[in-house]
Amino acid sequence: MRERRRWEVLIEALIEWIIWLCGFSAILFVFGIFFFVFREGAGFLFGGLNLREFFTSVEWYPTSVSHKRYGVLALMAGTASVTVLAMSIAVPFGLGAAVFVSEFCTPKLKETLKIVIELLAAIPSVVWGFIGLTVMNPLIITIFNAPIGLTVLNGGIILALMSVPIIVSIGEDALKAVPDSYREAAGALGATRWQMIYRVLLPAAKNGLLAAVLLGIGRAVGETMAVLMATGHAVKIPTSLLDSVRTLTATIAAELGESPEHSEHYQVLFIIGILLFTITFVVNLVADLVVKGVRGK
Amino acid sequence: MIDSTTLKSNLRLVAVTLLVAGLPFSACSKKSDTGEETTAGKLDIQNSGSDTMVNLAQAWAEVYAQVEPNVSVEVSGGGSGTGIAALINRTVDIANCSRKMDPEEIEKARLNSGKEPQEFMVGYDALAVYVHKDNPLQEITIEQLANIYGEDGDINKWSQLNIKNDPCDSDEIIRVSRQSNSGTYYYFREALLGKTRDFKLGSRDLHGSKDVAELIGKTPCAIGYSGMGYATNEVKMLSVAKKAGEPFYAPTVESTLNHTYPIARPLYMYTLGEPSEHIKKYLNWIFSPAGQKIVEESGYVPLPKAEPMAAQ
Repeated sequence: MRERRRWEVLIEALIEWIIWLCGFSAILFVFGIFFFVFREGAGFLFGGLNLREFFTSVEWYPTSVSHKRYGVLALMAGTASVTVLAMSIAVPFGLGAAVFVSEFCTPKLKETLKIVIELLAAIPSVVWGFIGLTVMNPLIITIFNAPIGLTVLNGGIILALMSVPIIVSIGEDALKAVPDSYREAAGALGATRWQMIYRVLLPAAKNGLLAAVLLGIGRAVGETMAVLMATGHAVKIPTSLLDSVRTLTATIAAELGESPEHSEHYQVLFIIGILLFTITFVVNLVADLVVKGVRGK
Repeated sequence: MIDSTTLKSNLRLVAVTLLVAGLPFSACSKKSDTGEETTAGKLDIQNSGSDTMVNLAQAWAEVYAQVEPNVSVEVSGGGSGTGIAALINRTVDIANCSRKMDPEEIEKARLNSGKEPQEFMVGYDALAVYVHKDNPLQEITIEQLANIYGEDGDINKWSQLNIKNDPCDSDEIIRVSRQSNSGTYYYFREALLGKTRDFKLGSRDLHGSKDVAELIGKTPCAIGYSGMGYATNEVKMLSVAKKAGEPFYAPTVESTLNHTYPIARPLYMYTLGEPSEHIKKYLNWIFSPAGQKIVEESGYVPLPKAEPMAAQ
């Protein structure tokens, strides 16, 4: 073995630095995006926006000629309702599918299923929106005898179908990461398969499964095109699953193009962007704290 | 020998400094003037805006490509509001609008570019009120429409209009509207509610003129408004009267031109300042009989032959 040459040491340092930069850039980009969005909306946020009206009023009239009002309560209710419905469908199905693919599948079936699920994830969101508009719309009208099919139910089902592949992929990875020794130990102690899954595997893979669910929620909250087309785009607080709603994301998508740069309307839309950022951040924070809390028990 | 740890930490410091210093520069963007670029000898005219006019503008562009092969007109939709915003930001040459520009918008354009927006009236459109073809309603007044759509309006059920809408089980009037970037939305709001009132919340706000007619064709409880050129076989156009007691008029070419149909509006094209040579030529072609024939074929109302409004 010979001593390392100087240039070899330098190359080593350079490569490490490049890799460190790549990792750091992820944080940098997140902060950069937040900074950009915040800067665009900050003017109106600190100079003129009535925050109480913003959060508590249903009236969203940014283009009124005589009486502009910026209340996003109905929009938040829209996002919340569609997301909650989507998650209540996607999480059981997704986690169940992840458990099935990880524990009960034969290897051949596992490969096929994984490919099919990835295919589901590859469908563009505008195609999902189109399915909601043309396929689910008349279906909901005939099955539920509803006056119109562009509703929370339509948006929720579409979002669930979009979130399931993410939850299954990451959930299955999380379950795969649990060492086999856990399974063997459970078997040795006399546990049935379901007992092993429920009492050993799920708690052991808890962090990964939570990450899967959070990413699914992130996708649902941030989804724009599909909900724009499938929910009916109506500003109102839904009183049933068969009501039309409008989400925060769809509002930004529909209205940013027409608002002249740096006008009040434009800035309010960026403030809605800040709100979306904050919602996702809070969801992640709460989930992290819950996981830490459970672990510390 | 260079100590590799010091090297690493120094490099790290330099990298961080450079990145942080570079952040403000990410905000700079180049503002390009409107697209009069010559791409391989061809002249481009960027034309965007009203969704009501997008099919018409596309039809014009396609025929004009044969009249003047070295000029290419690029058409897109997005709504009148989007077109005006693009004109103010100087990213289009011609903005299509199915409503007049607001004084506010004209002021913004003036401030942003120093030029005055020029208005050209290129045709008319009658705004039809659509219902499902099995809906028994035939006629409606502006006042009733204002009570259905307006913020404090009290008409929410079909039975309040004194009809029995059988195919609609819940008797609920489902209001179909457009998103707020639409000139059609603006015009309808002003025609019904004037400048001081707003629409009632809870209407289904769709993206395009065609979407309105399609949704109403599938929804027996729905009522909506769109250009008369977007009628399908599944919908019916209502006859409209200004007030109760006045005669009802159906949306046709004649009732639009003699101003008896209450909700008809002119269609506009706007440029920033005096249009340049090739744009002026395009506009003059639109005013000519060839251009106006296309207006009629697309389902709109051409300018009356007595008053041709050529670009000065």
